[in-house]
Amino acid sequence: MKVSYYPGCSLEGTAADYAASIEAVVPLLGVELAELEDWNCCGASAAHSIDHTLALNLPARNLMIAARAGLDLVVPCALCFNRLKVAEKALAGPQRVFWTAQPESLVKIWDLLDYLTQPELLKTLSAKVARPLTDLRAVCYYGCLVARPPKVTDKEAYENPENMEALLRVLGAEALDWSYKTDCCGAGLAVARPDVVDTLVKRLYDQAIAAGAQCFVVSCQMCQANLDLPQKRISRKAGRDYYLPVFYFTELIGLALGHPEVGKWLAQHLVDPRPLLKELGFPSL
Amino acid sequence: MHFLKPAPGLAEELEKARLSVSACYQCKKCSCGCPLTFAMDLLPDQVIRLALLGQEEMVLSAVTPWVCSSCETCTTRCPNGIDIAGVMDWLKEEALHRGYAIPQPEISGFYQSFLTAVRLGGGRLSEPLLLGLYTLRRGRILEKLRSGELKNELLLGWELVRRGRLKPRLPKKLKGAPEIAVLFAQSQKES
Repeated sequence: MKVSYYPGCSLEGTAADYAASIEAVVPLLGVELAELEDWNCCGASAAHSIDHTLALNLPARNLMIAARAGLDLVVPCALCFNRLKVAEKALAGPQRVFWTAQPESLVKIWDLLDYLTQPELLKTLSAKVARPLTDLRAVCYYGCLVARPPKVTDKEAYENPENMEALLRVLGAEALDWSYKTDCCGAGLAVARPDVVDTLVKRLYDQAIAAGAQCFVVSCQMCQANLDLPQKRISRKAGRDYYLPVFYFTELIGLALGHPEVGKWLAQHLVDPRPLLKELGFPSL
Repeated sequence: MHFLKPAPGLAEELEKARLSVSACYQCKKCSCGCPLTFAMDLLPDQVIRLALLGQEEMVLSAVTPWVCSSCETCTTRCPNGIDIAGVMDWLKEEALHRGYAIPQPEISGFYQSFLTAVRLGGGRLSEPLLLGLYTLRRGRILEKLRSGELKNELLLGWELVRRGRLKPRLPKKLKGAPEIAVLFAQSQKES
């Protein structure tokens, strides 16, 4: 299967580990990622907050390129996914968009987790698990924007998605139940109001620990950054030593499949997951 | 006692922007589910009510739209289909456009720096460029130096550079850079 792939700007930067793990594991499942040619920034929170025109025109350009490529479009970043979906609805509706598209010429937009957890791909994955993640207790954290609002994302399970849990079970890990899987991490407020992010993220840490988790698993690089980067600062403020590594689901696929480069991706995290994995019998990463 | 003088103007403007608030019956589901209320001055349901009553000054100078993280919980759960997070975006953009004093200049400055970085980068975001522009825009460098905030920020930045997560380079030059420039120019013309 060949799909168009829209990595988004942060996968070229702070989420380099996410990008590397995607490019390594997705082909192992028989999916070929063809990076969208000449893609541009989706405008992110900045555009939809203060410039509604750019907030549609920037992502719409990517959809026009994807329509020319003619393949389904797979997006690993929750925010990019959401903005592309907003542009998709706008191009098909009465809003004024710089680009003009025939709605039927637009391609289907997937968020990466949804794409990779289609039943047949889970089956392929299941057959390839070489090193099950036995005894790894995790909470799945989906964040906001792959799910909400459903009239944009076209998701059915927007309050309680469960496909990441299904994936973890295939990998042999234990996915714990908790009520915060689609709560907000503070997203784009991380730089301007880190104090706000600290309050939101501390609540997520406490709830993950209450659920019995050793770690988070995420599918959004904004969530990863907000849970991983300030953990030391939040620990200092809270007067307790949090140790909650934050894995991308693609890194765990790599781990269970025995990919040789997993250690390299994990070394890019600020909260080093390797001590936890060593305890679980993954000594040499 | 202070009485509000209702005015229809604001609700009509929102209507025109396809963000009608007139169906609100104050169930407060938006405020109950909002994770950011601890940082807000007005609750989301109050913003909607005040907008409906035409209290332009109060809603356009409020902190609430700026600390809204656009998590879309309110929009998702509103039983009357009001796009509350969309209203928050509209209020931010209009507050800037109409020259209101912005109560959260860090946040508006971050968004402005972000779009400037995308424009200067020719279509993709360079995170180091964004952080540089934002730091310069906000000024306060001496103040941050004294409080130790600058040191902590630089240490975090260094940790990211060391791990290959912050690459001090500009993004790839796009073939479509002239198209992107047109989009930015278009947007300025319309605002």
